[in-house]
Amino acid sequence: MHVESKLRKPLITGGKTIKDVSDDICIRVEEKPSWMWYVAMIISNITLIIGAYAVYRTLWDGIGMWGLNKTVMWAWDITNFVWWVGIGHAGTLISAILLLFRQRWRMAINRSAEAMTIFAVICAAMFPLLHMGRLWIGLIWVLPLPNTYGSLWVNFASPLLWDVFAITTYFSVSLVFWYIGLIPDFATIRDRAKIAGRKISAVIYGALSFGWDGAAKTWSRYETVSLVLAGLATPLVLSVHTIVSMDFATSVIPGWHTTIFPPYFVAGAIFSGFAMVLTLLIITRRVYKLEDYITIKHLELMNIVIIVTGSIVGIAYLTELFMAWYSGVEYEQYAFYNRVTGPYWWAYWSMMTCNVISPQLFWFKKIRTNIAATFIISIIVNIGMWFERFVIIVTSLHRDFLPSSWAMFYPTIYDVGMYLFTFGLFFTAFLAFSRFFPVINMAEVKSILKHTGEKVKIK
Amino acid sequence: MDEKGKKFIVGIYEDEDILLNAISSVKDKGINIYEVYSPFPVHGIENKLGYKRSRLSIAAFCFGFLGLCLALTMMIGMMTIDWPMIIGGKDFLPLPVFIPVTFEMTVLLSAFGMVGTFFVVSDLKPWGIPKTFDLRSTDDKHVMAIELGDNKIDSKKIKTILNTTGASEVNDKVMDL
Repeated sequence: MHVESKLRKPLITGGKTIKDVSDDICIRVEEKPSWMWYVAMIISNITLIIGAYAVYRTLWDGIGMWGLNKTVMWAWDITNFVWWVGIGHAGTLISAILLLFRQRWRMAINRSAEAMTIFAVICAAMFPLLHMGRLWIGLIWVLPLPNTYGSLWVNFASPLLWDVFAITTYFSVSLVFWYIGLIPDFATIRDRAKIAGRKISAVIYGALSFGWDGAAKTWSRYETVSLVLAGLATPLVLSVHTIVSMDFATSVIPGWHTTIFPPYFVAGAIFSGFAMVLTLLIITRRVYKLEDYITIKHLELMNIVIIVTGSIVGIAYLTELFMAWYSGVEYEQYAFYNRVTGPYWWAYWSMMTCNVISPQLFWFKKIRTNIAATFIISIIVNIGMWFERFVIIVTSLHRDFLPSSWAMFYPTIYDVGMYLFTFGLFFTAFLAFSRFFPVINMAEVKSILKHTGEKVKIK
Repeated sequence: MDEKGKKFIVGIYEDEDILLNAISSVKDKGINIYEVYSPFPVHGIENKLGYKRSRLSIAAFCFGFLGLCLALTMMIGMMTIDWPMIIGGKDFLPLPVFIPVTFEMTVLLSAFGMVGTFFVVSDLKPWGIPKTFDLRSTDDKHVMAIELGDNKIDSKKIKTILNTTGASEVNDKVMDL
């Protein structure tokens, strides 16, 4: 039997029993949601529809609708892409890496974090897909399929193609990992529906639960599958942002051509991913009254991850500046001088303030255990991480090697609209998830209840 | 359909530690357990029931190796044999360039192959019908199912044994398996 020190704070408060766990989580699926859910859903849908118009114009008229010009030929599209992919890192990190490290606090938050990951990756994928302009022939451009352009294959030496493989693999493996975890919980909802006589629910969740019955042999195989999937997903999650960073790092543009990019991007991704998880969970726990499952301790531990990754990102920013000076390459030096003091200085300093200074406040226990402060800082970090990608992309491009072609980037309403579209998509999907799926992994929480629940700790 | 309508005795347990001890004492009495159903994974139960370690990790390795071979065959076939081109001054067989896609394909096939195998061996499918001995076994109760036809001891004795091991309820159940 597993014994845990009583000095450790309980992970589940409120003296919950196993039955309470099922009741508290399933009730969100079984009962009608509150008016707040409907309001949030309507706002998300309106955002989605407004954004859909921008997508329509982009597809119909082409990407000339965006504010790109000859000098700044990559801007909001790839900024948003990298931002969303970064956010998509927290879910699998929580469920895979924290599983390997045997961190039990992941169990209350992994389900919604993984859902967030999947929706964020879908949002990210919108940008590279739509920027191809002609979506319908995009398949031939990115997949190694035989085609009528001679025998010209896709270029496996291009990091953009590596990205296609990395993101599709990451998305599909995360989806499978998430679904495997959902199966036992769907079975719980199915059997509760059978007991209560809700036939339609029983049929739908019956199909979703794949005929799961909780046999000891199946649980034993399930545990092996989870462990091996975690082992596979751990290098995978690190590889995705590494490869995204190579989109930049393998080019010869000053400001991009640096070997520090892969670890720097991965740390930034975890940083922004945890910030988004915090933003969502603070709302979810409040609206769904899950304070006993997602406790202040959970928020505090996530804030500690934010301090660590935020500090790594801060060191990376300083290293970039140092290396630009130390390299002696004047183009590199100018790229960074221009970032800090040029026309985009406000973006650079917003990034520095949001990403380097604000998370340092979490060194104070009072701040990192304060929900309002955590919520505000998590949003500041998300803003900062958007600026980081904007700074890296736009300030490196807008003043290129020929001063005669220097330019500024101004987004059009279609750039803004595309970004809104992904927000609408993300929140619509997350709200639908929180309505129809169990937001907490019940089976896992039940398995730790006896050892880390409040009742045992008090005894 | 001679298998139709098998008779079972179903013991319901409230706590995983009582369940684990119960499995040992039931087995010591020479009773064969059909299967135990739990709402969450109970650690150590597979040893008590005599289940061997799952070989799914071997399946994962094999599928991963297949992914690795497929990725390399595809890339070497396309970029080295079918349409050789010099890209970035590298030779026709730029192995380092192949690493990312090879890695991703290895992980992709390994994960999907293992999960597919898991679904097949555990008989999990959307139209699958669960063996429900008690509807509460996915909620908060552990269920030990003992098949009468598989045991020489009579049902009354089995029920007494289950009661002494801490079962909160002991029921009869006929299942079409």
